[in-house]
Amino acid sequence: MPRVVLGRLLTLVLSLAGASVLIFLVVQALPGDLAQVMLGERATPAQIEALRERLGLNRPWVVRYLDWVGDMVRGDLGTSALSGLRVTDLVAGPIRVTGWLVLWSTLGSILVALPLGMWSALRRRHWDGFAVNALSQFGMAVPAFLAGILLVLVVAVRWGWLPANGYVPLARDPGEWARHLVLPVVSLVLVQGALLVRYVRSAFVEVLTEDHITTARSVGWTKLAALWRHGMRQAGLSLVTVLGLQVASLFVGAIVVENVFVLPGLGSMVLRAVVQRDFIVVQSVVMLLVVAVLVVNTVVDLLQAVLDPRIRAKEQR
Amino acid sequence: MMRRASLVVGAVLVGLVLMVSLVGLVWTPYDPARVVPGDRLLSPSATHWLGTDAFGIDILSRIMAGARSVLLVGVFAVGIAALVGVPLGIVAGMNSGWLGRVVVRATDVLYAFPAVLLAILFAGALGSSTTTAMLAIGIATIPVFTRIARAGVLQVMSQDFITASRVSGIGWLRIAWRHVLPNIAPLIGVQASVSFALAILAEAALSYLGLATPPEVPTWGRMLYDAQRHLLNDPHLAIAPAVAIAGAVLGFNLLGDGLRDLLDPRLKEVAE
Repeated sequence: MPRVVLGRLLTLVLSLAGASVLIFLVVQALPGDLAQVMLGERATPAQIEALRERLGLNRPWVVRYLDWVGDMVRGDLGTSALSGLRVTDLVAGPIRVTGWLVLWSTLGSILVALPLGMWSALRRRHWDGFAVNALSQFGMAVPAFLAGILLVLVVAVRWGWLPANGYVPLARDPGEWARHLVLPVVSLVLVQGALLVRYVRSAFVEVLTEDHITTARSVGWTKLAALWRHGMRQAGLSLVTVLGLQVASLFVGAIVVENVFVLPGLGSMVLRAVVQRDFIVVQSVVMLLVVAVLVVNTVVDLLQAVLDPRIRAKEQR
Repeated sequence: MMRRASLVVGAVLVGLVLMVSLVGLVWTPYDPARVVPGDRLLSPSATHWLGTDAFGIDILSRIMAGARSVLLVGVFAVGIAALVGVPLGIVAGMNSGWLGRVVVRATDVLYAFPAVLLAILFAGALGSSTTTAMLAIGIATIPVFTRIARAGVLQVMSQDFITASRVSGIGWLRIAWRHVLPNIAPLIGVQASVSFALAILAEAALSYLGLATPPEVPTWGRMLYDAQRHLLNDPHLAIAPAVAIAGAVLGFNLLGDGLRDLLDPRLKEVAE
């Protein structure tokens, strides 16, 4: 087991290095002068030169890359070129908003998808199992922002039950905090849950056709009992895998949904930075999101090794 | 029976999108870009089937013109992803040495960059345009094709006829081209259909966020963004683009599902 952990951590470090190079190259090495872009068309050459100097753009890019990475390792995400504020201070609030959104959406979609997916797998030869399956196809075809817009229209505007947008920090008013998060979370759950239902369904269909389940059924176990006793570990394994794969799309969904509900999260922050051409903020916040995805993926990999004796055995050979 | 249904419904929906965009190339009922202040926010009627938007532009015309950019982005994005991803997957599948491992690791890293995140990066560096959106969606889709191609290659490589051709001294490039590629082509086709659906969703999200096309170019995502401000009194503005996006995505997803079941008899057995 220690070898498995060590191997995964090494992979994580390598992936982080790869991802940071990619982000840096896209933002800083692409054609186009960042200082020119930030100042606009009417800037004089002297102004551009001054900004280049201030941002350290005149140094070779290898040096700039190592500087950026070195700062990040020490917990410094750089300084916004526009406001002069430290990015670590800028993200402190937004990170909580996005974190809550992603956390509740993940829990919500598991809560919705697990029973529905199991139902659809168990009843796959009946109309209701098929109906769940068809419903999930529709859910997958609806973009999260569209679900959000419709929810605002019906629940917030027509019925006036919940606020249409905005955010209240948990510490200030837990009740209002929850009320403001319901609609964003529901719109993410609708979309992510629909996808998850399909994965859960196919995982359980696969388990149900395994020989040991057939054996259990033939000696008198009911379908559900056989599944519960002999299939959960295997199905749980697939579920963990899928959740790992979904983290990235969940973060993206959060970025879009934050925009619909005007939540002050990382998504809104990075989009504002894009418009303002504040490339250091863009670069560091994207890196932050990618780090989150890669770390979650590593945790998922490790969980798999814990749940699946086959993986452990393979690694130890 | 239900399996066949998804293929038929998918093909019909995809055909409809194709037709609308092709017709939209040569003819739209009205000019999809001309602002007519007198015709603002008209409800659907005989002259404007789907009504008009806040600029007095005919919504049906805008939907038809939007279909074109949706297909354009989809074709280019999936094209880039398949052209880069599939060869990489073949290399990763045929080469079990360090080269194959490097490709697999690199793909895993790229997996952490969804299209919207890449588009944000590109927009941060280059400004946002249709090109950056297409590139972002395309590059973000590469790992999917690499993974699926590699899985297919691994399956093909274990078969006797491959061993036979290797023993008879045929080079790996020739084996890849003559024997491996034709055998994984169906897999790639199915993936292309599913990826197309995802590309449409990504494009819609990007143009909704203002990261894809300039505002004056009609896209379905942009239409939804514009409709948002008038939702209370004129919900008809949102309905047309919403139905268009959902229909197109549903179509490509169902088509992919249907093709998969058609091509993979093992899956059919499980499902029935």
